[in-house]
Amino acid sequence: MRYIPNTSADRREMLDRVGLDSVDALFADVPQAVRERFHPLGLEPQSELDVAEHASRLAAENQAASMTSFAGGGIYDHYVPSAVWNLASRSEFVTAYTPYQPEISQGTLVAMFEFQTLIAELTGMEVANASLYDGATALAEAALMAERIRKRGRVAVARSLLPHLRRVLQTYAWGAGITLHEVPYDASGRCDLAGVPEDVSGLILQSPNAFGVIESLEGVKDRIGDALLIVSAYPISLGLLEPPGSFDADVVVGEGQSLGLPMAYGGPLLGLFATREAHLRQIPGRIAGQTVDANGETGYVMAAQTREQHIRRNRATSNICTNSALCALAATIYLSSVGAEGLRTVAELCASKAHALAERIRRIDGFELPFDGPFFNEFVVRTPEDPEQVRTRLANAGFLVESSGELASLGVNRSLRLAVTERRTEDEIDRLIDVLGGGS
Amino acid sequence: MGYPTEYRYSEDHEWVKVDGSRATIGITSFAQEELGDIVFVELPAVGTDVAQGDNVGAVESVKAVGDIISPVSGKVAEVNQALESAPETINGSPHDDGWILVLEMSDPTQVDGLLDAAAYERHISEG
Amino acid sequence: MKTIFELPASDDVRGVFPEAEGTLDEMGVAEGLLRRTPPRIPSVSEPTLVRHYTALSKANFGVDDGLYPLGSCTMKYNPKLNEAVAALPGFARVHPKAHPALAQGTLHFLHGLQGLLSGVAGLPDVSLQPVAGAHGELTGLFLFKKYFESRGESERRRILLPDSAHGTNPASAALAGFTVAEIPSDDRGMVDVDGLRAALDETVAGIMLTVPNTLGIFEERILEITDAVHEAGGLCYFDGANLNAFLGRARPGDMGADVFHFNLHKTMSTPHGGGGPGSGPIAASERLVEFLPVPRIVKQNGAFDLLWDAPHTIGAVHSFYGNVLVALKAYAYLLQLGDAGLREVSENAVLNANYLQTRLKETFDLPYDGLCKHEFVLSAAGLPNEISALDVAKGLIDRGFHPPTVYFPLIVREALMIEPTETEGKASLDRFVEAMEAIAEEADRNPEGLREAPRSAPVRRLDQTRAAREPVLTFPFDEPST
Repeated sequence: MRYIPNTSADRREMLDRVGLDSVDALFADVPQAVRERFHPLGLEPQSELDVAEHASRLAAENQAASMTSFAGGGIYDHYVPSAVWNLASRSEFVTAYTPYQPEISQGTLVAMFEFQTLIAELTGMEVANASLYDGATALAEAALMAERIRKRGRVAVARSLLPHLRRVLQTYAWGAGITLHEVPYDASGRCDLAGVPEDVSGLILQSPNAFGVIESLEGVKDRIGDALLIVSAYPISLGLLEPPGSFDADVVVGEGQSLGLPMAYGGPLLGLFATREAHLRQIPGRIAGQTVDANGETGYVMAAQTREQHIRRNRATSNICTNSALCALAATIYLSSVGAEGLRTVAELCASKAHALAERIRRIDGFELPFDGPFFNEFVVRTPEDPEQVRTRLANAGFLVESSGELASLGVNRSLRLAVTERRTEDEIDRLIDVLGGGS
Repeated sequence: MGYPTEYRYSEDHEWVKVDGSRATIGITSFAQEELGDIVFVELPAVGTDVAQGDNVGAVESVKAVGDIISPVSGKVAEVNQALESAPETINGSPHDDGWILVLEMSDPTQVDGLLDAAAYERHISEG
Repeated sequence: MKTIFELPASDDVRGVFPEAEGTLDEMGVAEGLLRRTPPRIPSVSEPTLVRHYTALSKANFGVDDGLYPLGSCTMKYNPKLNEAVAALPGFARVHPKAHPALAQGTLHFLHGLQGLLSGVAGLPDVSLQPVAGAHGELTGLFLFKKYFESRGESERRRILLPDSAHGTNPASAALAGFTVAEIPSDDRGMVDVDGLRAALDETVAGIMLTVPNTLGIFEERILEITDAVHEAGGLCYFDGANLNAFLGRARPGDMGADVFHFNLHKTMSTPHGGGGPGSGPIAASERLVEFLPVPRIVKQNGAFDLLWDAPHTIGAVHSFYGNVLVALKAYAYLLQLGDAGLREVSENAVLNANYLQTRLKETFDLPYDGLCKHEFVLSAAGLPNEISALDVAKGLIDRGFHPPTVYFPLIVREALMIEPTETEGKASLDRFVEAMEAIAEEADRNPEGLREAPRSAPVRRLDQTRAAREPVLTFPFDEPST
């Protein structure tokens, strides 16, 4: 097998040196009863050629890959600049381990430090970690952190949260013995703060939310006492919108897929986590910090490691070890590649195309936008007929739209959600309108 | 560094200096050396009730966390706030300026069960 | 090392995107919601960008650079076929909410990998949702919790684990709402079975074991251990970090495991990426299958589908279906290897480790001598002049090697945990032995020199204390540059 350099001669020499006469003797410590129960997979080895062909055939079976995406819900079809994976694929980044030996991991550590800085900047917060698994577990970790700090046993959660975020939050909350209290949304599609109970450890909002509506964060912190305000944000939108940090959010989390990662049927993703420096000791996950070396030169190390599992064990702030480092690197290069102006441009393109589409859909008979709250690049449309029929018609014309079931589960019936990114052309939008039954 | 003979010691490497019903508590020189450069001290709140053997706080270095296990029972009367900005004081002066908390003891006879300096030094040389 | 924030900015770096047309009004977003201050993202030209990240990559050390003997990390070679396959646009451009009928290619390999991992584990079913080993641990412990809840045995709150356990084990147990209790190791480094029996009662939910353990030693009495736990009404969690030790020869399901997690980024050759993304699928025994996360990936009527209807599921632990592209790499790897390849992996991994152990024990203390599996633990405590494991590690850096794991497991003083993996050849191992012997000699002749290592890395030894006492966690924009 070509990934194994040892020759038979090498193996014989090594066995001799160890003092064993067969390879089987190397496994004498595995109980015979266990060895006897073993069954192979029944799998013959395949050549690289055969595996590559098989993979290509499978890839070709993903019809979604050749469709035009208007799907959203936290995962978006954004353009990834060519520099991003050209650089992030360098083997010294890809095949390196966690930077426990900082002197030979400065590449990874500097990139982590840059990522933390960029996420803190984007979200308007003081400190960010070097990534978590995805936006959903990041949100769950934020809820757990709020509970560690306030210890009230309850966290309020806006109903207008994307269901996949709520599902994961629910599982983690159950594990930690935290009760979730749902806060309804109002006619504008935004969270109805009157529904926030007192005596909660935190309040979770998402903005833009599951309806694409931008939540009003002004004054929210003042209304919830000392409960932690946790906001789940969409990073591209922060190129255009005032970030949650400006509204005194305590924790900002989010899904970083839109910063240079392929959609890839949902993984790997990138969990973002930013908070105030006062909560540093409670932050989950790895963080890089600046320091100096023996010559006084600036260098970077993993900071505040005593929070982490390899030191604190059962009292760690989280159990996370492996995170989403390479994806964070890609996000760092994405942001550095487009720059602040480029990020603003992407966001403007998304917003303007989405609003133009929304306007045109409003003018089609039978279609309406049920929520009047402001939106960024995603919005809900109420359809004149069964939304699944509309979705099928769109699919037949090559347009990918999410199914209506998710919105229905949030009490929004007969509706579809549409997301528009900078990749959507005028031609695609014209054709979409056609299929929906409007002329141009 | 010697171990003051008027102090008492626990096997978990805390020292106790008794003054009437008050017990000043810190970690020993051995403990601070094992931990290395101390970067943070987690102090209990004044007024907390503590039972012997309870975890009352922690001393963190870059590579490890040492729990502070209370050698006696009582109520926290004072904590060494100076450690918040200068945790390294424990490294430099573990038995003196690096004191961590003072307990108003509920059962001063518990001190009798602790090690004296000689017994503690034997304990650390055997471990 | 400079960060990108310190590089010269350019004043026009537009051009990745076409200009946005239209007025603020046409953008549709009310002015009051717009960002007042732009984020301080650097504006550098593309040449500057590329030179910066290229330089950073050269300040790193990957498996492609050299031997990386980190114990329990299995830093094996990352096949390039895996990368090529994962980059196919047909896999990249699929939205996770696309109807399953439109994602049959991806569902095919996900379902296929589930089957292969189920076979490797010797357990009936698998979930690919957890995206890291620790995530798999948490998910597995959630299965435990749900199982006991369903049987009205919620008082089973304690998880037993050996003192050699990886830190994620107790951390995961705590996160899942359990308390932990240590079971001691005997003088041969294995679980003290009598001690275990004494600790088993009706408050115990189960045990978490790494097999072989973190000393690289296989639990000879594994069947007794798992039987004892099951008899006492508990469950057995196996941490699969060390699967490389017995791939193709033994299965955790045959050892009594109820949950087994894989680290695809260890055993299954997917790259570490500087700390992730990984993948930590779990395999579950019959009694736990009904609690596995949703959606389940199934094959029905010749097509692949997502099954959401599972009344006893613990719910979801990931946004979607796990780290799909990482799973794809593991799938490609397994298809290439086949059964014969899996046996070759463990054979060479264990032989390489025993060879290194045999040679290195001539110079270093070996607290637990005897046949090891794919890794072993040395102690630097016997070195002269108080040279530490840390000094040895930094000395290795100067000689072109990534150091082994240091100071773990906690039960060995000045521990050096060494795992060569099967993708090292004898010549590479011999060079490593030479380097270690040279360091032992330097510890005797020139200890001060060793304490100043590394001298050849991009930075010298870094001040961790200062980083902890004066945290600087984001670029200090507002400070005057010196």
